[in-house]
Amino acid sequence: MSQSAADSLTQMLESVDRDEILREWMEQLAESGSKPQPSTSAARAEASDLLTAVTTAVRSGAEPGQFELPMWSATREILETISNSRAAQGASAAETSGFVLALKKPLFGQAQKRLKGVEPSRLVEMIWLVSTLVDKMAQWTSTTYQRSREAIIGRQQEELLELSTPVIKLWEGILAVPMIGTLDSSRTQLVMESLLQKIVETGSELAIIDITGVPTVDTLVAQHLLKTVAAIRLMGADCIVSGVRPQIAQTIVQLGIDLQGIVTKATLADALSLALKKVGYTFTRSKS
Amino acid sequence: MERIPILRMGKCLLVTIQVDMEDRTALGLQDDLSSKIAATGATGVLIDISALEIVDSFIGRMLASISAIARVLGATTVVVGMQPAVAITLVELGLALEGVRTALNVERGIAMLASATEDDRGQPHA
Amino acid sequence: MANPTPSGSMPLREERDIVLSRQVVRKLTQELNFSLVDQTKMVTAASELSRNTVVYGRGGEMRWEVLENGPKKGLRLSFEDSGPGIADVNLALTDGWTSGSGMGMGLSGSKRLVNEFDIRTAEGAGTCVTIARWR
Repeated sequence: MSQSAADSLTQMLESVDRDEILREWMEQLAESGSKPQPSTSAARAEASDLLTAVTTAVRSGAEPGQFELPMWSATREILETISNSRAAQGASAAETSGFVLALKKPLFGQAQKRLKGVEPSRLVEMIWLVSTLVDKMAQWTSTTYQRSREAIIGRQQEELLELSTPVIKLWEGILAVPMIGTLDSSRTQLVMESLLQKIVETGSELAIIDITGVPTVDTLVAQHLLKTVAAIRLMGADCIVSGVRPQIAQTIVQLGIDLQGIVTKATLADALSLALKKVGYTFTRSKS
Repeated sequence: MERIPILRMGKCLLVTIQVDMEDRTALGLQDDLSSKIAATGATGVLIDISALEIVDSFIGRMLASISAIARVLGATTVVVGMQPAVAITLVELGLALEGVRTALNVERGIAMLASATEDDRGQPHA
Repeated sequence: MANPTPSGSMPLREERDIVLSRQVVRKLTQELNFSLVDQTKMVTAASELSRNTVVYGRGGEMRWEVLENGPKKGLRLSFEDSGPGIADVNLALTDGWTSGSGMGMGLSGSKRLVNEFDIRTAEGAGTCVTIARWR
């Protein structure tokens, strides 16, 4: 960008018309019908910060076309803040980049005012600079917004996963965990960790893993299960697998899966009964 | 060289590993325990690893060795307090820790040692 | 991108360095907010590979590099030595294999603890093992 264009741009951004730029920016936003801002003063503050950062960058000679350079890092950070807060509030991608794009009109207006009567090529150069700058900022905002949304979705998925694998204390020293659905890696991992943690916390010697909710057991599923049991035993506790349906029993035998001495029971009730015995409880039923 | 202290409680030897051990420290522990079992005629060894955040194949093999050596010298070994993350990692690593008995905590470990009989050969692990 | 990802290296010459490497990797994975289990797996893998470098590779170094893929963060570690190298890598990667030098299951086990595993070695030409784990 030529020095004179840089100077003009700097002057324009620093000039007393700054408030006017901000006002027109907010007006432009309202006009474009974007989602009402949480509070106009917050939006205005963001806009003001952004304008300041851009002005500082341009003054130190930063080129709009090379937005990835360190000179623009302060600007990028502010754009990221704008993006992240909107992503968290559920604003759309269009609304988020729209915030930045609305800066074009007021800047074009100022450019026209200042370069009126001057040779047209200078006005064109200025418009081009402004356009490039605002576009780059809008692109950056979009990319950051995207990343933010992905991170939020990732966290929500994790929380959902946790919710679907509760560990229950059935009795003093006996824990149970119902496994639901196919034992795909990430869920099994969470279950393992959660169960093992609870075993340590409660000092429970026995864990009942109920697979009633598991549709099929193949070698991969069996492997995951065996690993969980191995870890439980390494820690000094033991395990019973319950909810083994006849079809699953057949599959296990057909596939030649070695259960390595894990006790399996058809129902949770049978498993609990065995567990209580193992832990040393005897129950007597008094005649009513 | 750092030496892990070994405490004596009746016929049992207690070891609490609280530091990130160098290989030589682990070997030193193995030597010291072997000597002490023989010297005291101990019938039980309890190794508390509840403070160990990392058990790699070297430490794992050390624990298995101690267990085997102790057995030859007539003592039962129990390793207690393995952290969940460590257990998961050991399984993934493929370290079976054959012949090493484990218990959830010191209390259970001592109970296990008390009920171990003299001619007990120790049940192999999973 | 603007910010260069952090990276560094440390020598692996004596037994003491094996413990040091564990501490370094622990710190790195903690700062990257890895789950406790993932931290443990990475530190354990580093311990295995550091030991190989010190004991069988006759000394070398560990290098680390933080990885970024969008919102995902990861850690890459390289263990390099100019020692005797491994003649038959495939054999070395089988479980329970022990050469005369006793590398044992460090390699095959470590492979299971990480997301990415790469080994470059040849007899008499040193070894470089690179592992990576994503959060």
